[in-house]
Amino acid sequence: MTEARIIRVVGAIAEAQPLRDVALYELVEVGERRLLGEVIRIQDDIATIQVFEETSGLGLHEPVRRTRSSLTTQLGPGLLGSILDGIGRPLPGLAERSGDFIASGMTLPTLDPEAAWSFEPIVKPGATVSGGDVLGTVEERPGMIHKVLVPPGLGGRVAEIQQGTFTVSDTVATLDDGTGLSLSHPWTIRNRRPFARRLPGDRPFITGQRVFDLLFPGDEGGSVAVPGGFGTGKTVIEQSLAKYAKADVMVYIGCGERGNEMAEVLHDFGRLMDPQTGRPIMDRTVLIVNTSNMPVAARDASVYLGMTIAEYYRDMGYHVAVLADSLSRWAEALREIAARLQEMPGEEGYPTYLANRMSHLYERAGRVESQGTPTRTGAVTFISAISPPGGDFAEPVTQASLRVAGALWALDASLAHQRQFPAVDWDTSYSLYTDGTTEWFSREGGSDWPELRIETIRLLQRDRELREIAGLVGVDALEDEDRLVLEGATIAREFLIGQNAFHPHDAFSTVAKTYHLAKLLWAFMRTGEAALGGDVSFDKLDLAAVRVAFGAVKTAAPDALDQRIEDAEHAIAQMEAP
Amino acid sequence: MKRLDAPVARTYSGAASAAGPLLFVRPTRRAKLGEWVRIEGEGQQDRRGQVIDVGTEITVIQVFEDTLGLRPAEAAITLAGETATTVVGKDLLGRALTGTGAPLDGLPPSIGEARLPIWGAPINPVRRQHPSDFIETGVSAIDGMNTLVRGQKLPVFSAPGLPGIELAADIVENARPARGEPFAVVFAAMGITERETETFVSRFRESEVMQRTVLFLNQASDPTIERLLTPRVALTTAEHLAFTHGIHVLVVMADITHYAEALREVAAAREEIPGRRGYPGYMYTDLASLFERAGVLKEGNGSVTQLPVVSLPDGDMTHPIPDLTGYITEGQIVLSRELHQRGVYPPVDVLPSLSRLMNAGIGEGSTVPEHREWADQLYAVYARGREAKLMAAIVGSEGLAPGDRRALDFVDAFEKKLIHQSRTRRSLLDTIQIGWSLLETLPRDELTRISDTAWESRGRDDASTEVPR
Repeated sequence: MTEARIIRVVGAIAEAQPLRDVALYELVEVGERRLLGEVIRIQDDIATIQVFEETSGLGLHEPVRRTRSSLTTQLGPGLLGSILDGIGRPLPGLAERSGDFIASGMTLPTLDPEAAWSFEPIVKPGATVSGGDVLGTVEERPGMIHKVLVPPGLGGRVAEIQQGTFTVSDTVATLDDGTGLSLSHPWTIRNRRPFARRLPGDRPFITGQRVFDLLFPGDEGGSVAVPGGFGTGKTVIEQSLAKYAKADVMVYIGCGERGNEMAEVLHDFGRLMDPQTGRPIMDRTVLIVNTSNMPVAARDASVYLGMTIAEYYRDMGYHVAVLADSLSRWAEALREIAARLQEMPGEEGYPTYLANRMSHLYERAGRVESQGTPTRTGAVTFISAISPPGGDFAEPVTQASLRVAGALWALDASLAHQRQFPAVDWDTSYSLYTDGTTEWFSREGGSDWPELRIETIRLLQRDRELREIAGLVGVDALEDEDRLVLEGATIAREFLIGQNAFHPHDAFSTVAKTYHLAKLLWAFMRTGEAALGGDVSFDKLDLAAVRVAFGAVKTAAPDALDQRIEDAEHAIAQMEAP
Repeated sequence: MKRLDAPVARTYSGAASAAGPLLFVRPTRRAKLGEWVRIEGEGQQDRRGQVIDVGTEITVIQVFEDTLGLRPAEAAITLAGETATTVVGKDLLGRALTGTGAPLDGLPPSIGEARLPIWGAPINPVRRQHPSDFIETGVSAIDGMNTLVRGQKLPVFSAPGLPGIELAADIVENARPARGEPFAVVFAAMGITERETETFVSRFRESEVMQRTVLFLNQASDPTIERLLTPRVALTTAEHLAFTHGIHVLVVMADITHYAEALREVAAAREEIPGRRGYPGYMYTDLASLFERAGVLKEGNGSVTQLPVVSLPDGDMTHPIPDLTGYITEGQIVLSRELHQRGVYPPVDVLPSLSRLMNAGIGEGSTVPEHREWADQLYAVYARGREAKLMAAIVGSEGLAPGDRRALDFVDAFEKKLIHQSRTRRSLLDTIQIGWSLLETLPRDELTRISDTAWESRGRDDASTEVPR
């Protein structure tokens, strides 16, 4: 048979001929340097390939070899703590081979083939297993139990199963038909992993950011779109969530973003401790890094790789949060490739299947009951940053996200210019998870949580109306009651929903702290109204002391929090004293 | 065995067709993507080009020089067998070169130390050091409010008629490495005018600054498409100085807008599907391939810091060029026409300006411990004052609350004393001192961003007490 050869190269796209009976999305090795690529179009015996590595220097007539499999990743112990590129190669390994700059044409396994893991079987010989069953466990990181699963689709009677120390490719169990099972198995990243059934969401995704937890809660298994123009703090939010949000496993996808930011993530994550468990956060994190100057086709793959790893830990019964920064860069990768293929463009040059691909992606989030025994429930929460051109949300990526996402955390440039962070626009943001999570918050936060939430939103809305009026007539012309609203809203903005991501005690807020701050704001408003009702003029209120007290609560160390709350209650009670 | 990637030059006679900056050539043996091309036409200067699309039917070559007068059928086209390279070396310091590295100063071509491909390779993110070393630029609006650090890419958003290039030149002249480490400047001019070039070059010719500078000049009158190479040649040179010689290199690239227009021109000639405002859909990726070449490595001493200048068409921040730039760079320094007209120099509007890496580069051990609170407080009052200014335009300053009135007065003082500094270099400590003296005019209880510790220890940083005019 004639060997397939390159007949065209343009940008990240190559065409090869003759390639008969090749499959769509089959992985191929392109050229002398054996660059990895994926077949994305087949026309007679010509295959169009998107190449995951730099194509510069690729020439006509160079060979193209088939691999007869599609882009897969090996799932098993050792994923936690790893730093992968968009197609699953460990970046530290690439650095060992090619130094400070990434060379092309290197293949490296995702999982360390030499690492040894101590395996404890759960299943006994003679038992019948099927896809998704837990064969046994491995302690992947201190306190983190990795459940070794029977790969979906396989099953049979266990002939033999061993306890001991194994690498990820050693056989630990054999089925009657001779099938060997190991600690790891491959999965095609573009296919979602199966589960038994979807479950409704019933608990919030605790972010540690008051503006989200109080006003626009996320949901375990939910999805949130976070659009914002540049400089509105998307990345700081994504990083804060990766550091402090409550989840068993975090998958952080740096998709087409800045190298220096990724260096910061790598630097910070290596040092920070998880506030919930006290262990290094890298122990629960998988980082996928494809910076904007790395090959564009690998940007497309990086998002699917992240989702696949997340689903894998979900199937073990964990709650996994996937943080993608940013989905716009992924969409642009699709656009770039579609344009090279001269496909008929849809809106803004994006391919017509953009919305479709996006909803498939968002729908991989969810809370589910896994396949197999013992029964496990796990969840994948998906938080995607979006970078709308010019900060204008009326663009295809934002709009397609909103169709499927359950919450919108809209970031606003003018708030960012006022240094109001997180710069979440409370007028346009929303959450469809509010009702579903109310019960949880009332139980864990405080019974009046729903009222505090509504009260805060109303205050902020009233503030906006009053500011419009004040803009016309001046603040002094407002009634005292209205000036109190302005003051309350300022306190809300500065101390309740404003949070300093770089302050050691303010970067993360427990549900209890969020509740108390909201409650203090409520107390301030009630006390103020009572004072004004009692004929005290607004100018006589001692607001400076109240502000200082709120500031002290906001930045209080955990062991001083109760005292600061008490101080603030006192300052509020005293504010009408001369 | 013969190495397949060994450069083998092949010459073909005649191209099938030509359109704008593109030549379409019939099948060529083993043409490679990105391969360097020489085009000879009778009685004409040689032109250079690059393969941007290889196919068995047709190979597309992008020509860097003007194609005026080129007869495609008669041209001799030589494929060099290798992709574009440039000569790098320490002996380039002090030289003025064309946009592709040929001498402009009458001296013989540099021998250099190596010949490197200009396309560069991505830095492995795990080998990047997170930038955190403060660079003192001598400009208050930057050092104090939007601090630049080594390895950062911080563009200046200028507009026609605003002194973006002048500000870049000030920084080049005044920037000092923190501990007297080796420092160099690489200037990549893309389509800037004779006058702008003069602003930049004449200031350095006389001073010692030129000895630590390499100039790559593609001017407005030079071939447009050559602009696509200029920043890459400059960055390859900078990377070599930084990562082989351990020098801290500041790369000034002016003007990114002209670069993006060259990109659009090629895309249009190829009949690609245009994106926003006719710019190609891959412009983000293309700009990233320039801007992402800034950085610091974990091992080794040097760094590449970028200061691109972007002219905002019609002053519009949402135009695709500044918009995509802002998404890649780590902040922006925004110039304001209003401040410029009021004689404030440099006319930096600090509200939309931002340095994303500021937090890593300031504070205890780098600048002054209270730097963050100091800057936040100045921002807060200035922002409040600017809002009050709008309100005062409607209700008159009488109608403002006392706090707003004070903030309104603060705006003027802040712009005149802190932002404005003419051409003089101002040390960071002087900048901090001026900031404190401005804040001291306000009641302490309005300064909610300043902690008591910071307030008490202000001004203890041996600042000279020199008061600016």
